[in-house]
Amino acid sequence: MDLIHSPWHWSFSGAMIALVMLSLIFAGKRFGVSSSFKAVCSASGLGKYIPYFNYNWKSHDWLLLFVIGSIFGGFLASSFMANTEAVQITEGTISHLADLGIASPGINELAPTSIFSLDSLSGHSMILMIIGGVLIGFGTRYAGGCTSGHAISGLSNLQLPSLVAVMGFFIGGLLMTYLIMPNIF
Amino acid sequence: MKKLIFLFIGIFFGITMFKSEAISWYRIQEMFLFESFHMYGIIGVTVVLGVLIHVVIKKAEARNLEGQKIVFEDKPKTYLASIVGGSLFGLGWAITGACPGPIYVLIGAGNLGFIIVLLAALFGAMLYGALKNKLPH
Repeated sequence: MDLIHSPWHWSFSGAMIALVMLSLIFAGKRFGVSSSFKAVCSASGLGKYIPYFNYNWKSHDWLLLFVIGSIFGGFLASSFMANTEAVQITEGTISHLADLGIASPGINELAPTSIFSLDSLSGHSMILMIIGGVLIGFGTRYAGGCTSGHAISGLSNLQLPSLVAVMGFFIGGLLMTYLIMPNIF
Repeated sequence: MKKLIFLFIGIFFGITMFKSEAISWYRIQEMFLFESFHMYGIIGVTVVLGVLIHVVIKKAEARNLEGQKIVFEDKPKTYLASIVGGSLFGLGWAITGACPGPIYVLIGAGNLGFIIVLLAALFGAMLYGALKNKLPH
């Protein structure tokens, strides 16, 4: 397996994410990215108006460093470790997406450029991105965690509220995929 | 300066998200369409290793790098918030193909449209903060 120019196997990828969680535990923290939204809101001074954000956001300074690192990691990987072929999704996925008007992915096309590229920005794509983003921010804070906090940290610690949250992730995800997206794309 | 370690763990996380294709919108669609094992494999391996990590740390009463005993706090038992909030997040996850971690990684990888998604997510978090006391948990 060429770790630089080929995508990583799912088993290796899963092990590396577990290593991220393990590193954070030994550094004295808990893996959970959506708390960064709360920290950014609080650091922006929203605590004066909304009690939820009135907490010592500096206790999350490590998480802000972590997400800055994530941005930089994305930059490094896309610059020096880009995959040499397009993501290998199944024929069934390609034909489902074609029905939505989405072309099959090009090399290093991480999300459809027809929607998520700033160059092809339209009112329609803006609305999709804004609605999607608001649901992510509102939903993860309501649920008290996202894929990292609930599906990874929570399930690893056998937390029932996390299992319920993950079931919610799929209720929402499946509703969107099968019932809503065919009507709004 | 000790905190710089979190910057490096973040960089490693960003590279892992990119190389695992977990930041690919297409992989997330494929996951929700039950077309491929890829994403389930990633999350499954992470959780299986994660359970082992938690069991071993608890059994060994391991200490972290600062010398404190590692304790894992329970998640609050707010099941209604878990299911309703979780479902709302799931709706957004499927449209954008990104959960919070990947939003940051995608921006770093040059997908600048996700800056709009990030700003909207911050607005969504703000909205939750403002409405928190009126919502059932």
